[in-house]
Amino acid sequence: MENLLEIKNLHVSVEGKEILKGIDLAIKKGEIHAIMGPNGSGKSTLASVIVGNSRFNVTQGSIFFNGKNLLEMKPEDRAREGIFLSFQYPVEIPGVSMVNFMRAAVNEHRKYRGEDPISASDFLKLMRDKREMLGIDSQLVNRSVNEGFSGGEKKKNEIFQMAMLNPKLSILDETDSGLDIDALRIVATGVNKLHTKDDAVIVITHYQRLLDYIKPDVVHVLYNGKIIKTAGPELALELEENGYESLINNAME
Amino acid sequence: MIEQQYIDLFETYREVIDQNATEGLNKERDAAFEAFKKWGFPTSKLEDYKQSDISRAFDADLGLNLRNIPIPVNPYDAFKCDVPHLNAHVFFLINDRYYDKTQPDLPLSNGVFVGSLQTFSEKYPRSFSMYYNKIAAADNGVTAYNTMFAQDGFVVYVPENTVVEKPLQLINILRGGVNLNVNRRILLIAEKNADVKLLICDHTVDDVNFVVTQVTEMVAGENAQVEFYELEENSVKVTRISSLYCLQKEQSKVTAAGITLHNGYTRNDYRFRLSGEYAETHVGGLVISDKEQHTDNFAFLDHAVPHCTSNELFKYVLQEKSTGVFCGRILVEKGAQKTEAYQSNRNLCSSEDAHMYAKPQLEIYADDVKCSHGLTTGQLDEDALFYMQARGIPEEEARMLLMVAFTKDVVDMIHIDILHDRLEYLIDKRFRGELLRCGNCNVCK
Ligand SMILES: Nc1ncnc2c1ncn2[C@@H]1O[C@H](COP(=O)(O)OP(=O)(O)OP(=O)(O)O)[C@@H](O)[C@H]1O
Ligand SMILES: [Mg+2]
Repeated sequence: MENLLEIKNLHVSVEGKEILKGIDLAIKKGEIHAIMGPNGSGKSTLASVIVGNSRFNVTQGSIFFNGKNLLEMKPEDRAREGIFLSFQYPVEIPGVSMVNFMRAAVNEHRKYRGEDPISASDFLKLMRDKREMLGIDSQLVNRSVNEGFSGGEKKKNEIFQMAMLNPKLSILDETDSGLDIDALRIVATGVNKLHTKDDAVIVITHYQRLLDYIKPDVVHVLYNGKIIKTAGPELALELEENGYESLINNAME
Repeated sequence: MIEQQYIDLFETYREVIDQNATEGLNKERDAAFEAFKKWGFPTSKLEDYKQSDISRAFDADLGLNLRNIPIPVNPYDAFKCDVPHLNAHVFFLINDRYYDKTQPDLPLSNGVFVGSLQTFSEKYPRSFSMYYNKIAAADNGVTAYNTMFAQDGFVVYVPENTVVEKPLQLINILRGGVNLNVNRRILLIAEKNADVKLLICDHTVDDVNFVVTQVTEMVAGENAQVEFYELEENSVKVTRISSLYCLQKEQSKVTAAGITLHNGYTRNDYRFRLSGEYAETHVGGLVISDKEQHTDNFAFLDHAVPHCTSNELFKYVLQEKSTGVFCGRILVEKGAQKTEAYQSNRNLCSSEDAHMYAKPQLEIYADDVKCSHGLTTGQLDEDALFYMQARGIPEEEARMLLMVAFTKDVVDMIHIDILHDRLEYLIDKRFRGELLRCGNCNVCK
């Protein structure tokens, strides 16, 4: 089967400093990949480059999504092609209500597919359904985007947006950090519910805890801008047990 | 000297001016003339006018309609109001004259007078002389100039213990076949326990140069509640020099907000004197500009007595080659303890050619006060922009949403719901460049 996402020899730098140093990654529909690795190894950078953050410069390599060259696409088009990033640090947008924000996003997706804007009643129903699925307080969606949200609320809100937009590739960047035990379960259950054989998920995390719920098919370890190990779900358990040290030492040799 | 031609004009036409006005108005002219000769038009040599040389606007060949030659106009045709369905009492000033051919759906509450300044001066001479030209500064050249030439204007007089339920709306229409100087006068009196809301909409119909001076005198009596909103949608050929002088008595509450949606060259003065304890003032300003528009807001909050509160919020969105100026002066006089005075000025410059000049000035002569000011000038939040794009919202649209969001807290100062919602809509249209592309006016030219 063709790859949904295909990254080849990706080199990325920011302000002249090379952060990703040759990443190869292929993900098929239906798969869940976990990316782990120590702080500062480049996980969020990889996610940012996939969604098109122009702060990062791609100096070499390619990213294809569904056979299309992502690097030639604007961030909004990547999103409308079906890529979604649950940000490690969601941004607060004072003055823009969640409702208006989501309506704009949903309608832009529809427009891209050549569909008419969603009706007011369908939109409200969609909001309510997804909100209830993720146990999000109705007050939250009436407020400005992420403004004054707690850390956990912001993360829940990311998954809420994911549920609203129904992406083909979801990248969850440390969505588990900041969530309490119940919220973690609810969010993970939500992600599982949304996941079908037609879409893929990349889970970036430091902890096995999340992977107990969202079971990865493949686990990668990213270190110093390179993937130093790829294996099955047992790798995550191993890392939980022994840390990264021996892996890193092996890679250095 | 730019002033000379106006001095000559005044002396030559003094009789004509007087004949086409009323005694009450005429009585003030001599003193104003002396003041004008002394002070002249403000120039950029004065600290308070550093970025806005008012005198330059008058260095032009401008007509004055001193004989009150009627300008054929049906304001209802000429002007399709941008704030319809306000369910307000609507009044018109054509240039500087009250338009009396249409009667708004009166009656208003007992004792309330809303209408022409001339009529007010004749029907209520005592009230007129009690308030007219009493609050305005005697030492400001452009205010003096206005007093010299003012022949009519608009009055809202609300007596003690009276509430005007519906908002009042005054529509200022600029019309003329030649370049014109218009000198408009507004008086808003809310006596003890009175409650009134006034919206003024500025609109240009004809494509000539206008230089407009507008002096508004406002008194909020003890425990009075006044809301005063101004919406400017003038053409780029209009120079608007507006001075609001407001005197507040104890426990009065005044909210004043000026929205500059489209303009040419604008200078708005907001001068408040809090002279009774526990008075409260909220002043807001919102400027959206592009092309080579120039908007200067000058706010002066004079806390003369203890226990008063003032809150200022001025926001600018400057695009293309436009210029914004803000000067916010807070004076806490000796003994005005327990004053709370807050000022915030936030600006977005979305182009390298747009310029913002901002200057907060706090002069505090009391020790037990809470005063603060905040000033930021920047660009749109790139992280927010990217976040929105990452959700599929195109960059241009995301910028639009962020700019509209930026204006929100000023718009939220407006407590007339219909006006509030309508403004949100107009602001959105303004950012999309679709404002008033309806063929009713020249604003888009
Ligand atoms: N804008 C930037 N300017 C300079 N350095 C940057 C920038 N963004 C990221 N970096 C650096 O790139 C490296 C990788 O950062 P990245 O955020 O991708 O790490 P990470 O693997 O996600 O870490 P964590 O687990 O802590 O989230 C870090 O050393 C970081 O300091
Ligand atoms: Mg990270």
